[in-house]
Amino acid sequence: MRPSLLNSYPRDSDRFDEMLTASGEVRPAWRRFLAHIEGTSAEQMRHRCDYVRRRILDNGVSYNVYADPQGADRPWELDPLPWLLPPDEWQRVASAVGQRARLLNAILRDLYGAQELLREGRLPAALIFGHHNFLWPCQGIEPAGGTFLHLYAADLARSPDGRWWVIADRTQGPSGAGYALENRTIISSVFPDLFRDLHVQHLAFFFRQIQESLAHWAPRTGEAPLIVLLTPGPYNETYFEQAYLARYLGFPLVEGQDLTVRGDCVYLRTLTGLRRVHAIFRRLDDDYCDPLELRGDSALGIAGLLQAVRAGNVLVANALGSGLLESAALPGFLPGICEKLLGEPLAMPSVATWWCGEQAALEYSVAHLDRLVIKGAYPSQRFDPVFGNELQGDERQTMIARLRARPQAYVAQELVNFSQAPAWGLGKQRRLLPRGVGLRVFAVATPNGYLVMPGGLARVAAATNARVISMQRGGASKDTWVLTDQAVNTFSLLKHTIGQADLVRGGRRLSSRVVENLYWFGRYTERCDKTARMLRVALSRLVDSSADGEPVALAAIELCRSLNLLPLDDLAAGDPGVNMEPRQQVARAINGGESAHDLVADIRRLFWVATQVRERFSLDNWHALNRLQHQLQRYTTTTAANDGSEPADALAFLDQVLLVSSSLSGFAMDNMTRDDGWRLLIVGRRLERLVFLGNAIGHYLRLPDRCAADNLEWLLELTDSIITYRSRYMTQPQLLPTLDLLVLDESNPHAVAFQLQILIRYLGHLAHHLGEIPDETLAPILKTLQAFDFAGFENRYPVTTDKACRELATMLIDTSLAAKTLSDRLAMRYFSHVGEFSRQTFAS
Amino acid sequence: MIASTARYHLVHETSYRYASPVSLSRQLLHLTPRESRWQRRLRHDILVSPAATGEHLREDCFGNPVRELTFEYPHDSLSVRAESIVEVLPHLPATVQSALERTSAGVPGYLENSPPWESVRDALAYGARPVLFEASRYQFESAYVRVKHQFAAYAAASFTPGRPVLAAVQALMSRIYNEFAFDPEATTVATPVATVLAEKKGVCQDFAHLMLSCLRSQGLAARYVSGYLLTQPPAGQPRLVGADASHAWVSVFCPELEGGRWVDFDPTNNLLPDTQHITLAWGRDFADVSPLRGVILGGDAHQPEVAVTVTPIV
Repeated sequence: MRPSLLNSYPRDSDRFDEMLTASGEVRPAWRRFLAHIEGTSAEQMRHRCDYVRRRILDNGVSYNVYADPQGADRPWELDPLPWLLPPDEWQRVASAVGQRARLLNAILRDLYGAQELLREGRLPAALIFGHHNFLWPCQGIEPAGGTFLHLYAADLARSPDGRWWVIADRTQGPSGAGYALENRTIISSVFPDLFRDLHVQHLAFFFRQIQESLAHWAPRTGEAPLIVLLTPGPYNETYFEQAYLARYLGFPLVEGQDLTVRGDCVYLRTLTGLRRVHAIFRRLDDDYCDPLELRGDSALGIAGLLQAVRAGNVLVANALGSGLLESAALPGFLPGICEKLLGEPLAMPSVATWWCGEQAALEYSVAHLDRLVIKGAYPSQRFDPVFGNELQGDERQTMIARLRARPQAYVAQELVNFSQAPAWGLGKQRRLLPRGVGLRVFAVATPNGYLVMPGGLARVAAATNARVISMQRGGASKDTWVLTDQAVNTFSLLKHTIGQADLVRGGRRLSSRVVENLYWFGRYTERCDKTARMLRVALSRLVDSSADGEPVALAAIELCRSLNLLPLDDLAAGDPGVNMEPRQQVARAINGGESAHDLVADIRRLFWVATQVRERFSLDNWHALNRLQHQLQRYTTTTAANDGSEPADALAFLDQVLLVSSSLSGFAMDNMTRDDGWRLLIVGRRLERLVFLGNAIGHYLRLPDRCAADNLEWLLELTDSIITYRSRYMTQPQLLPTLDLLVLDESNPHAVAFQLQILIRYLGHLAHHLGEIPDETLAPILKTLQAFDFAGFENRYPVTTDKACRELATMLIDTSLAAKTLSDRLAMRYFSHVGEFSRQTFAS
Repeated sequence: MIASTARYHLVHETSYRYASPVSLSRQLLHLTPRESRWQRRLRHDILVSPAATGEHLREDCFGNPVRELTFEYPHDSLSVRAESIVEVLPHLPATVQSALERTSAGVPGYLENSPPWESVRDALAYGARPVLFEASRYQFESAYVRVKHQFAAYAAASFTPGRPVLAAVQALMSRIYNEFAFDPEATTVATPVATVLAEKKGVCQDFAHLMLSCLRSQGLAARYVSGYLLTQPPAGQPRLVGADASHAWVSVFCPELEGGRWVDFDPTNNLLPDTQHITLAWGRDFADVSPLRGVILGGDAHQPEVAVTVTPIV
């Protein structure tokens, strides 16, 4: 029976339809899938769409669009319906993409070697020597195994007659494989049964091959090879994907400043010293990779990298200089070169391309401008494609003049009508929408030739008739299901035998930068938690204020002020903070607008450091952080709209902050490997807590009403110790037992002594690991505290109590100061590499 | 005037004094004069202080000797002293010396006898005939050289139809010499060549890059030459030690020239370099052959002191 969903699905005779034949029949590969969708209720599909959206949001899958004035992360859509490809069809595609990878690799080998292709005129020198990515210093360097292209991607599209075409080649450091993997993880769990029953080929084997190939060609030094993923950093538009891949592949994610070249070898700067790096899987453009020999204005690269490559001491994948082949002008020359270099015809054509540097091609392009799209011949041109049929009036003549003035800089390409595939309509109705689709297919080099990923990143046009499919122009993506009539390869990483030399223990490969950020992650998590707790105490007391309650609220506000949480008096502006309503002051302490000292600013710093070490955290961690980010956005929007906030909103927001911070603490305890990075994260947390407790309890003891049970109660709440207190004493809070619990009790994770104990232990471990002398600051402080005479707090003589309070207050505030000094010292010892940049020098 | 073989003693000293210690430094030296048909290196030595941790000698992709030094320990100064004895022969062999005789227009005869510039351009274009491969790497844009309409437009006045290529290049050189002001304060190593064209001032590097941009925008092949120039002291005055500096000029490809395919032009001095110009290295532009290019970690503000002394050996 014909599925009713097809009734509203329009056909387009100008396009190939992936799901339907020309006569409107459902193609065999799609029948079962479509029947399943047909039998799914609108409600179920809505649930699935919600699930997909949530997973994407949670994973923080985002694609920074440079032109976006907000510069904000913008999640892109993932259509729940996969693109289905039958086995025989895929076989042809995979073999053609494999051939193309082989061909492009052979071209690179020639261009960086004998240059026969240029000498014989099979390629114009203008396209190679005029290309900024032809790296002369790499001339003559032959990488291990003659492999230049370790990972290659081809952008494919299908024309109305059903033939596949290559639209573009990605040879620099192809992006998208990580997104393909993520799409697969999400969509396979949306349709788990279909995924199994349709025999969809798995992707894991492909990624495993990346690991193996890099290890294979990396120099051998008798130890397990250290492979790193080199990223341009968090500002890069595909940083998320890089972090995602790094985690999946188990490669440390590093930036240029994490690496250094010594004695012609590349090393990773780690907490425990320099670690030899054997292979660099790079996402940094090649001309940025070495400021000494390549682009001099690059702060992102590694000085001396090229010499290390020349000496054969490190594998760089893809090879430096491979970005050269990302030229829109190259495809026109491939058929001839393929015959010459491989002795076989090119299996899949490129979209028809004319390089205007040839006179005949220039004239053709001018004459047929209406049917062509003009592109820059070199990626460095930053020239947006111009569609001939869109040129109005003078624009046309201007374009032609431009072409004639510098023809070698332009190519003309035929416009391609992308094929269409069904996407799920997001409206109330169950609806399939026809959308243009393109496919990015990946190939990895192996010692036995290229292996093509069975699947890929399907990109979906934003509108029915869009001619350009690009992540940066909006649109969505799809999972790609390659069906097989054979058994599905469900390999697991564990199948591979791991020898003793392959064993990796955590920590030794942590870069100093990562460690520093983990430390600050610990500190900011704790800082947000404690600030939120203090503000919640104050705000909830203010909200409850009856005539009786007011002194309690004022005492809490007073402590907030001593801890510098409230907005500072701005006398110059005639706006003394003291005159503000206390509620308003707390609201400003949460979100002070431009203030750098409010809670919102601390949460943003927390996000920032987390972003710097994205790959170190589990997805659960990110889910928690993303939830917090959403709460933050919602809260700041509401408060901006209401000109201040309702206490209920503020309290709800503070609750969320506390919830997330406790999840983050839980994940840190439960989900992270106990390496030195983790140890420094915990040290950061404990140090921050020590700073806070010392200050908070110290200043509390200076409050006039410090013995009042109401006040002691919020002090216990502030330090998260109220439950323990009640279960122990079953009475109203009193000063002596409260202080005992909060200062001396080494079993209470919120006590001062507890923080000191943990810090002494972990700093000891760390020093032991790194072969250093442990820091001696904290032990004497703990001893002095333990020796303090708490008998003075017994409530018999107010005078002795006052004296004891004064002395303990001073002691605690001093402890807090000592903790801050210790933090500076740790930074000096462990993080001194960070923030120091290489600079370039010239002398004539 | 027929030049005769000359010998020079060269000392090129560079020193950095860093405001704070440099913990890691890599330096790429193009300080060894390359050998060519008209130049021989008789003696050469480079002294470095402090001692380098590592050293590599190799030839770069343009055939220049290059030395890479690394310093992997903290140091607060760096000095490099390159000393050479070089012999420079007349660029044109004796057989064509007669071509040097000037025409009625006052230029050497071989300039006027070179092929029309369009034929050189066409010979270099793709598909015309087997690529003149040696030259093609010097034909396109590079870090400091742009191929743009405005450079072609500036050059056009000198490249009139059918004009012999070398005569056209010489005319272009004279215009640059006459229309641009030498001004060491006007530009830095980062000044784009388009700015030089617009502001009409700069130093020898800028004029070389400008002339290269003009020539390549006309479809010709031309390379950047780094080297030294013996500045003649005014009659009766002693040579000032250290007064000389490193210099730069251009070299143009001319396929059918008897006795050599590359001809040097010095737009800063409006002359054809011969035995008074000592070649250090050549490449597409300054970035390929800067005498001392480095990357340091630390160091803060630093300005190198450079002194070049060129003494003729009689």
